[in-house]
Amino acid sequence: MLLQVSNLNCQRADKLILSGVSLSVDTGDCLILRGPNGAGKTTLLRALAGLGGVENNENTAFSGHLDAIKSTLTVQENLTFWAGIYGASHWQAVMQQLSLDSLQTRAAGDLSAGQKRRLGLARILLTDASIWLMDEPTVSLDAATSDIIVDAIKTHCSNGGAAIISTHIDLNIANARILNVIDFAAKPSDYTDPFLQGVF
Amino acid sequence: MKSLILRDLKLAFRSGGGFALTLAFFLIVVMFVPFGVGANLDLLARIAPGILWIGALLSCLLSLDRIFQLDWEDGTLEALATSPIPLSGIALSKATAHWITTGLPITIAAIPLGYLLNLPTQSYTWLIASLALGTPTLSFIGAFGAAITVGIKRGGLLLSLLVLPLYIPTLMLGAQVVAIGTPNPAQLLALVAAISLLSIALIPFACAIALRSNLR
Amino acid sequence: MSLWEYANPARFMALSGRILPTLTIASAVLLLSGLIWGFFGTPADYKQGSTVKIIFLHVPTALMAINAWLMMLVASLIWLIRRHHVSALAAKAAAPIGMTMTLIALATGAIWGKPMWGTYWAWDPRLTSFMILLIFYFGYLALWEAVSDKDTAADLTSILCIVGSVFAVLSRYAVNFWSQGLHQGASLSLDKETHVDNAFYFPLLVSMAGMVLLFVTLVLIRTRTEIRTRRLSALRAREV
Repeated sequence: MLLQVSNLNCQRADKLILSGVSLSVDTGDCLILRGPNGAGKTTLLRALAGLGGVENNENTAFSGHLDAIKSTLTVQENLTFWAGIYGASHWQAVMQQLSLDSLQTRAAGDLSAGQKRRLGLARILLTDASIWLMDEPTVSLDAATSDIIVDAIKTHCSNGGAAIISTHIDLNIANARILNVIDFAAKPSDYTDPFLQGVF
Repeated sequence: MKSLILRDLKLAFRSGGGFALTLAFFLIVVMFVPFGVGANLDLLARIAPGILWIGALLSCLLSLDRIFQLDWEDGTLEALATSPIPLSGIALSKATAHWITTGLPITIAAIPLGYLLNLPTQSYTWLIASLALGTPTLSFIGAFGAAITVGIKRGGLLLSLLVLPLYIPTLMLGAQVVAIGTPNPAQLLALVAAISLLSIALIPFACAIALRSNLR
Repeated sequence: MSLWEYANPARFMALSGRILPTLTIASAVLLLSGLIWGFFGTPADYKQGSTVKIIFLHVPTALMAINAWLMMLVASLIWLIRRHHVSALAAKAAAPIGMTMTLIALATGAIWGKPMWGTYWAWDPRLTSFMILLIFYFGYLALWEAVSDKDTAADLTSILCIVGSVFAVLSRYAVNFWSQGLHQGASLSLDKETHVDNAFYFPLLVSMAGMVLLFVTLVLIRTRTEIRTRRLSALRAREV
């Protein structure tokens, strides 16, 4: 089992969003998070990535709404920077896999939205994490770019990795499991805030 | 960590990086003092250490919000926080890069600016030594202030209010090192260096707590 | 039964509600009797005349200005290490009181300084240190106001208080190198025989004890308000 979580509570600002989340992810698994806006998909992904303050994040790579790229650096400079951070050396292979090689010397600020998203995804490919946590990876992308990203996810899963993805659209990933985060929506009785206890 | 420092240096020297702005601001602040107090060379020579130190401090302050703010806005900080580098290491790298792009050039630029202010010849060694050993504190405390205010929109004013009080010991001692008639400048210089070492050793951990909390 | 159980909001509210009336009366009696004894029951100083009597307000407020910050430091450490919510709120509650004490100490010092030194303000190490303490309070309070998330605000102000304490102490010693003082030595000490005359000593002790109790009373009242505010926003968060 790559990741096993049980009874996780997720808070956004001061509000308890999800309570008692239990999920497990094994090699080759792709878990799709579903739920309306504000249901807590992003909050759950961030908590799993270790940004919630408690969970261990050793084996995960997180990609949020933002691409984490610097517009004044070129595509190559962006890639080599993240390669340096993760201690990876295969940035050229990643660049080819995402068809970014023709843009190598272009400033990242000049890229189109789809190209930027691909460059953002390249960072995830540079990590050696086995679990990818992706928040809306294909939002506002055309079919061709979506396919590149979905292919990268499929390749990762078939190579022994796993992915947890929040999305509103069908990504066409065979044997993907679906988790409705609304099932774990916090009820008033789940609140354990010490300020709600006792009479005063 | 090396690649983080190198990237920050690259960003600072690129267009819009703010490296030249810091130096230009330092020049302007120092130039404005004679405009304000008059061109009496004796007076200027006496107040030159204080002016140069305050100028250095304000120029440094100007670029503090860039330390974490830009990385926060484009998601880089979030990505770095989930990378194998600990947050304290990230803060250490960023403060170091900030010192290389502000503290170091300010130290060098202080030499010609000291001449403009009629700084006595024997004071230059003390000026360079005190700025070189004192400006790391400015960058590290600045990084701490930046880490605290990173989640606050338009937090620049608050950042100044938080950071400036922490600059007081360095400013007092640093300017005193350069002042004419200080009985034992080497002793004060050692204190300035000690504060810098203390900042370098401890502040990255304080930054990590602040960043961790802001990223939650 | 451990002391930490009072970090639970409900227990804290119950206990503080029980002791507050006694505490309020005790601090009022001590502070008033100390001040009245000091102002009307002591002789005029042979050198300083009756202006010396401002000491009965000046020294206790100066004492609490520093001790309030110390209390905030301890509370901040407790919050960061043990995550007791009441601790963070107590630090928040103490800050405006400490700031007011600092302001009163500075103002009474200035009023005393005019007849003694011939000036309201001098850049003397002690005066300067208090001015520095005041801007530390400003920054701390401004940070509480600026951060909307409650736990994040507690984290950030706590770490600011800890780092600020280190640099406040450094400032206190740096000003000695930077300026020579006008301020007289400490008014009293426990181990030396150099403190002020007994005629001043005892009413001063009473005033100081009164000021300590006043501080504790005010911190308790303000902490209770903060706890109720937190309960209100927690209830609101649970509703929507």
